[in-house]
Amino acid sequence: MKEVLLIKLGEVVLKGLNRRGFEDVLLKNIRMSLKKVGNFSVSISQSTIYVLPVDDKSDIDNAVEKISKIFGIAAFSRACAAQKNMDDIKLKAQEYLKDKLEFAKTFKVESKRADKRFPMKSPEISAEIGGHILEKFPNIKVDVHNPDVTIMVEIRESGAYISADVFAGAGGLPVGTADKAMVLISGGIDSPVAAWMMAKRGVQLKAIHFASPPYTSPRAEQKVHELLERVSLYSGSIELITVPFTEIQENIKNKCPEEFFTIIMRRIMMQIAQRIALDYNCKALITGESLGQVASQTMHAIACTQEPLTMPVFRPLIGMDKDEIVSISRKINTFEISIQPYEDCCTVFTPKHPKTKPILKYVKQAESTVDFKPLIDECIKNIKVLNI
Amino acid sequence: MKEIYLDNSATTIVCKNAADKILELLTLKYGNPSSLHEKGIEAENELKVARSIIAKSLDCDTREIYFTSGGTESNNLALFGAAFARKKFGNRIVTTEIEHSSVLESAYELERLGFEVVYLKPDKYGYVSKNDISDAINKDTILVSIMMVNNELGSILPVDCVKKIIKQNNSSALLHIDAVQAYGKMLVKPHKLGADLLTISAHKVHGPKGVGALFISKGVKILPRIFGGLQEERIRPGTQAAPLIAGFGEAVKEFGDINKRLVEIQELRDYCVSKLEQLERIHINSACEAIPYVINFSTCLFRSETILHYLGARNIYVSSGSACSKGKKSHVLESALKDKKLIDSAIRVSFSKYSTKEDVDIFINALSDGIKKLVRSN
Repeated sequence: MKEVLLIKLGEVVLKGLNRRGFEDVLLKNIRMSLKKVGNFSVSISQSTIYVLPVDDKSDIDNAVEKISKIFGIAAFSRACAAQKNMDDIKLKAQEYLKDKLEFAKTFKVESKRADKRFPMKSPEISAEIGGHILEKFPNIKVDVHNPDVTIMVEIRESGAYISADVFAGAGGLPVGTADKAMVLISGGIDSPVAAWMMAKRGVQLKAIHFASPPYTSPRAEQKVHELLERVSLYSGSIELITVPFTEIQENIKNKCPEEFFTIIMRRIMMQIAQRIALDYNCKALITGESLGQVASQTMHAIACTQEPLTMPVFRPLIGMDKDEIVSISRKINTFEISIQPYEDCCTVFTPKHPKTKPILKYVKQAESTVDFKPLIDECIKNIKVLNI
Repeated sequence: MKEIYLDNSATTIVCKNAADKILELLTLKYGNPSSLHEKGIEAENELKVARSIIAKSLDCDTREIYFTSGGTESNNLALFGAAFARKKFGNRIVTTEIEHSSVLESAYELERLGFEVVYLKPDKYGYVSKNDISDAINKDTILVSIMMVNNELGSILPVDCVKKIIKQNNSSALLHIDAVQAYGKMLVKPHKLGADLLTISAHKVHGPKGVGALFISKGVKILPRIFGGLQEERIRPGTQAAPLIAGFGEAVKEFGDINKRLVEIQELRDYCVSKLEQLERIHINSACEAIPYVINFSTCLFRSETILHYLGARNIYVSSGSACSKGKKSHVLESALKDKKLIDSAIRVSFSKYSTKEDVDIFINALSDGIKKLVRSN
């Protein structure tokens, strides 16, 4: 029996004249993603994307897993294809849903006739299929309000489809429909979540990580790779830029007043990120900042880190509580990786009493003790790039 | 750049003969030691050889050696096996705060299961006094589990007195000694020590990872933790890891004169400590009487990880504490040192029989460079 996936588009359908462009990106993303799990034919018709396995090597279970992580999809279902005649539909429904119907107490049938040339109307189709099921499975009853199993029958141009499982899609917009942005990732809980949230809005991700060996651990870098791997299951491949940050951090520590360490460090990180982002064609930066979470994420501090930038900075977590962030990080399987305890760029040289309300004038004064320009140039010259 | 490996308390390089032996068993003598046919006998003979080498090294009978998957399993088997076997005699277990996590976590679990566990506190060198041990053991005590050498500070605990104390206190407690860090470095003779149970592990003595043993003194009954076939007298069923066990045997065969080597390593240790003491603000955490294979010190200026990675980039490998607790603060150092500055900047250097004066020189030079170059943490 041939099993297929029927994919319902999400917000994409609201895109008016741009809709075609969004659909094309989504189709491309689906094809790319399914490539890893077999040969599938992917096509669109009447606002539904059809995924059909081409050969035996193409595992539909793996395809379901992949599809569930693609942004731009509202819902999808596993279905069995049948010929467009009632006899075949009845037979296939009975066979395909046998395991489910044998253990269910109640069911109902919903029909949708997209192909108006089909001789029966939707309620007639439902009634006839329902009658057939009642005949073949004597222990099951009809319940139109709260059924254990809902059988969906769709009559489309390309054929008839019977399904019983509808899965929620990942929502959002197809990755690649909203330009590129660069996420600053340290290895903590927040930044992977921020990256995921922006990918959900169609952003194609690049990532930037600051490494300060020997003060930071090589394992912190490994951790960032693993985190991005998890995020990339949703966002598609991510280019990671690692910046050698040791010298700058040593200079800050040696020459700037302690209470401003973190704020100065973040200002410089943002400036480096912006320069590299421009080189990589990104239109915005993404951070995992959440208002008031730590000293460097107060409104004063954010104003200070924002000041040298011209690019928009997206902070999708700004209004979220830690537990809300954690619950997303668990959902996207980054939490367990994030909590491994290695030194990273944010934990090195943390001041005992950081300023929670830094004033820009004084921060700039503190910063002026070091000529960061040549150090920043040197950093950018020595970046490492890795595709994840 | 020459590789300088000074983290031998975490694990050691497998010696050539052990590696050859393992390969031989993997590819040629691959039979199941329990099989009746010749291929099985061939493997069984290798087990016998290894068992007798290891028994000889411990001065005990071959029937007192039970192979396990390593130190952690042996310690679990010892604690749970003894606690449940002796339940009818009492409820109290005595151990120390500085045991390996495999002993401590087992003890915590036994506490949850209703046993009373006493954790003895160490002094700042990681030494536990005989008096404290004596005070803790009463008639209700069924098991005393104490390590012979601490893995982080190298302190040598007075395990040889414990059996006497148990008797003096009219207790029938069993004595378990975790000798993982002592075995191969100093003489470990369980009968002489009065041990009922004693844990050893292969990969700390140039054998392979994944194999260890529990010595169970003749006549002592403990209960198994896993159930299955007839292997290892049903105390530890499951097809024996013949290649690893045979490799373990080969590694033990190469122990040589342990006391003579202890003197050599003492010289190396003294040399290293004298060099360390010339560096700025270094604080030696290990006692002079500690086993010379381990030197724990604190730089007081840099976080442990900074020094560790600085040296790592120069192909020199040391530890910032126990390798099992990746990055987390060491419970041993917290319990013994107490001072946060010492704990956060602690480094452990641990030698093996392959360590040389040249290794120490390279390490000291790199460390001294690092101290000059690196930016100090608060």
